[in-house]
Amino acid sequence: MQDTERASFEEAVLPHLDAAYNLARWLTRNEADADDCVQEAFLRAYRFYAGFHGVNCRAWLLTIVRNTCCTWLQAHRARKPTVTFDEEMHSTASTAPDAELLGKIDRELLRKAIDELPLEFREVIVLRDIDGTSYKDIAEIVGIPLGTVMSRLTRARGRLQHGLARQLGSES
Amino acid sequence: MDCQQAKYLLPGYIDRELDLVHSVEFEEHLEGCSACKSAHEQQQALQSAIGGASLSYRAPTELRKRIQSQLRRVDEPKMTWNRRLRSNSALATAAMLLVAATWAIGHNWAGNKSDGVIDQVVASHVRSLLVDHVADVASSDRHQVKPWFSGKLDYAPEFDDFASQGFPLSGGRLDYVNRRPVAAMVYGRRKHVINLFCWPATSERTAPIQLLDRQGYHLAHWVKSGLEFWAVSDLNTTELREFAELLQAAGTDSAAN
Repeated sequence: MQDTERASFEEAVLPHLDAAYNLARWLTRNEADADDCVQEAFLRAYRFYAGFHGVNCRAWLLTIVRNTCCTWLQAHRARKPTVTFDEEMHSTASTAPDAELLGKIDRELLRKAIDELPLEFREVIVLRDIDGTSYKDIAEIVGIPLGTVMSRLTRARGRLQHGLARQLGSES
Repeated sequence: MDCQQAKYLLPGYIDRELDLVHSVEFEEHLEGCSACKSAHEQQQALQSAIGGASLSYRAPTELRKRIQSQLRRVDEPKMTWNRRLRSNSALATAAMLLVAATWAIGHNWAGNKSDGVIDQVVASHVRSLLVDHVADVASSDRHQVKPWFSGKLDYAPEFDDFASQGFPLSGGRLDYVNRRPVAAMVYGRRKHVINLFCWPATSERTAPIQLLDRQGYHLAHWVKSGLEFWAVSDLNTTELREFAELLQAAGTDSAAN
């Protein structure tokens, strides 16, 4: 690739480095791993850049970052058995913290609660609630239909509320 | 609209991603349903808690620099190769002939012996020294060598730098062994070169370190985490075993992290 190609890549893709790192850091839950994954994703993106003709550079990059992280997680971590979440059982109004209590939640508590979410819920919370990504872009990045974005957010937020309620309960 | 539908539409309403018709219907439902109204308030409060907590991570400045210098390095090999071809094509031709010759010898060995892989690994080690092509990416930084392999291989090689234990990583290169492209990592031990090869094992079974000799070279072989490892060097067997044990232990650490 020539210098102009690299300049064009750096101008179009590098501004999204913070978004890329944020996603990788939340997905891998580890600084060094996020570093490795982002580096790898950028190299991959650079290689594919000549063939990229879309307009949404951010979503395109985040798709590559997400895939790199998922591959990395699969290769380096034995999957822990996940407890299946029963909406009807867990997210009833009584277990969710009320609005007043939620106002008192501090940053660390939130960070911990989000970190504890399973990957499929964590990624939509991070993309939407932390990064402000549109539903359309989330659908593209995660590779799910638009309708699924909404239902997954419903479940993710229910689960996050439940997790926070549990932590608040154990603290008080 | 019933509560089930309202529950489904709630995130979309909060995120302003609903169309006008659904938004109006949702608001109408909220007016007459206290349960959904409080669910809405809760989620709204959660959203503002998340929004106010500034939970984004920012990329370290170092990472930006590393990515930029890496992009430059990706471009480099092709350029230097072209330049070399133009400036000294005779030498290049000679080098290629030498590669071809050693390759042919390697193939013969492989054909005669039952353990073709061993001979290929040794041949690759010799070849790398003969044509002075030890590393494609010369770096002692694992974080530079590792990403360099991505996209060139269909697996992620496992390795570490052991400079503090006297086996500094000096780089990596792509090689072709056992009918597939493989990662070759290059380590140094005083004046000796150690070539470490790894590729996906055919079975998940782990195998302990095994030492063997071939053509005056020493080899160590083991299977770990689904990867097959071969270390080749003219280094003595004691130190080669020490090197293999370091790698085996490191593999355990990174898998557990």
